[in-house]
Amino acid sequence: MTTDPTPDATPDAALVELRGAGVSYGPVRALHGVDLRVLPGRVSCVLGDNGAGKSTLIKVVSGLHRHTEGELRIDGRPVRLASPRQAMDLGIATVHQDLATLPLMPVWRNFFLARELTRGRGPFQRLDIPRMKRVADEELRAMGIALDDLDQPVGSLSGGQRQSVAIARAVHFGARVLVLDEPTAALGVKQSGVVLRHVAAARERGLGVVLVTHNPHHAHLVGDHFTVLRLGTVELSADRDAVTLPELTEHMAGGADLDALRHELGTPAHQNRSTER
Amino acid sequence: MTAAAAPPAAPAPTPGDPAADRPRRTAAARVRRALARPGTGALAGAIAVYVLFWAVAPPFRQLDSLATVLYQSSTLGIMAVAVALLMIGGEFDLSAGVAVITSALTASMVAFQFTLNVWSGVLAALVLSLAVGAFNGFLLVRTRLPSFLVTLATFLMLQGLNIALTKAVTGNVATDSIRDMAGFDQAEAVFSSSIGIGGTQLRVTVLWWLGFAALASWVLLRTRYGSWVFAVGGDAASARAAGVPVTFVRITLFMTVGLAAWFVGMHHLFAFNTVQSGGGVGNELLYIAAAVIGGCLLTGGYGSIAGPVVGAFLFGMASQGIVYADWEPDWFSFFLGAMLLLAVLLNLWIRRQATRR
Repeated sequence: MTTDPTPDATPDAALVELRGAGVSYGPVRALHGVDLRVLPGRVSCVLGDNGAGKSTLIKVVSGLHRHTEGELRIDGRPVRLASPRQAMDLGIATVHQDLATLPLMPVWRNFFLARELTRGRGPFQRLDIPRMKRVADEELRAMGIALDDLDQPVGSLSGGQRQSVAIARAVHFGARVLVLDEPTAALGVKQSGVVLRHVAAARERGLGVVLVTHNPHHAHLVGDHFTVLRLGTVELSADRDAVTLPELTEHMAGGADLDALRHELGTPAHQNRSTER
Repeated sequence: MTAAAAPPAAPAPTPGDPAADRPRRTAAARVRRALARPGTGALAGAIAVYVLFWAVAPPFRQLDSLATVLYQSSTLGIMAVAVALLMIGGEFDLSAGVAVITSALTASMVAFQFTLNVWSGVLAALVLSLAVGAFNGFLLVRTRLPSFLVTLATFLMLQGLNIALTKAVTGNVATDSIRDMAGFDQAEAVFSSSIGIGGTQLRVTVLWWLGFAALASWVLLRTRYGSWVFAVGGDAASARAAGVPVTFVRITLFMTVGLAAWFVGMHHLFAFNTVQSGGGVGNELLYIAAAVIGGCLLTGGYGSIAGPVVGAFLFGMASQGIVYADWEPDWFSFFLGAMLLLAVLLNLWIRRQATRR
């Protein structure tokens, strides 16, 4: 149940660390006793079924909710995040599944939202639109997305492109930790590939990545460490070399529960093994 | 990538492939993007209505008539500018109509009852108007109720207060004239004077209207605050997740409507000397209608300031044009309603055409 990602890692190397963290909404315990370490240049995958607590975990790390038990440490210091803004200032950028971009706003406005570049002072402070468009264009091209018209609303882009805009924005604004909430959930196979390539690229740049997904195949492609949540607690925490894809899938699917169900239904084991859900 | 004469088909890139993720911006797409601007429908409507009245109402062609139309448009238009900002930010203000009267009543009664310089009343009205806006915004943020409900409550409360307090203070449903009080002429010069331009008298509110609209447009399109307004109206949760101070934006938007209500209330007071306490009811819907005709989405996150300016001008033309054309004035409301419907349908159609991919 304890995480021990790399033997040579000192305890202080974690960018973000959860220690026995939990969240209760009134009497409902959405998350309990969760440990998670996010290290630079590593992809930590958080997996789980619907309602497993993945979203709650993300909200704690991104500053949308405060944890009610345990500790959240950033650079080794315990913190309680008061707002998404504070998380961002500490270098944690979150790409939310459905909150990533604003469909009606132009690409460049989305890219710089709440981080707009300005010139002039005081009441004459105004947006530096040419510079914002240029920078947004450079960053998007660096991710392999060339848009000729940055004035087009983000809603007119494909799902993969939208995710890419959100990731490019996070990377550009000096994120040290990139939290991705189900980045491939709404995407086709090809677009998922683009997003997973971005995840790998972010890791190469030395970012700590938290990839939240319910797709063990995607997780296993890029993950260095896997945490499987179940009913708000950690079901499995293992490094890449300690777990195989079928094992991961099995844990995702409910592990022991599934065995019981299989027994009850009298289904031969091999038929259900390593299938999703 | 160049605007070559490629087929007008919008980009349908094979997603995921960098080379194919490159939409082509054709000349046709450019035209469509231009047509999709929020104010296009209003502009087309304004031209049509102008041509209509030019044809059927000879007095409409005179410069004096244009000045009158502009004046009519300006008092509506100043409010429409603020209401449009609020609507782009995703909220309504049903109290905006009576808030104008509240502001005028406050200034009038404070100055008259305490026999102060009228500027004291003007200042008191400013503070109260901003406070009403802040109250609306604060209630909205704290209760998370829809702004429709919150401002409906404020609307009813203000309407009652306007009449009840005026009766209690003056013993009448209207305020006493402040015509001969200290500072009146000064204040009248600011809020309700006329300027001779090209042989006609142009009311100063027209200049204020265009000035406020230019400022609001600059703020909306060229400042960080403007970006935040679009974001909060588009999706408040996303905006908050991105780090936009959503609460601040919402409260200041309501206060902006308060500021506009204060200004129009002051014009009302210094144009008529007295204020009828029961006025203003129903105007809030005209402000919203002007903003919607001007292409602002009811659901927020999309719109402009130029559009509602044209929308207010449309209303001004219709209200005066019917008089000049010697039609039954009873038809005015019907005409406005038909215009609203047509403008909304036109906006919808244009946007569908423009965003088709």
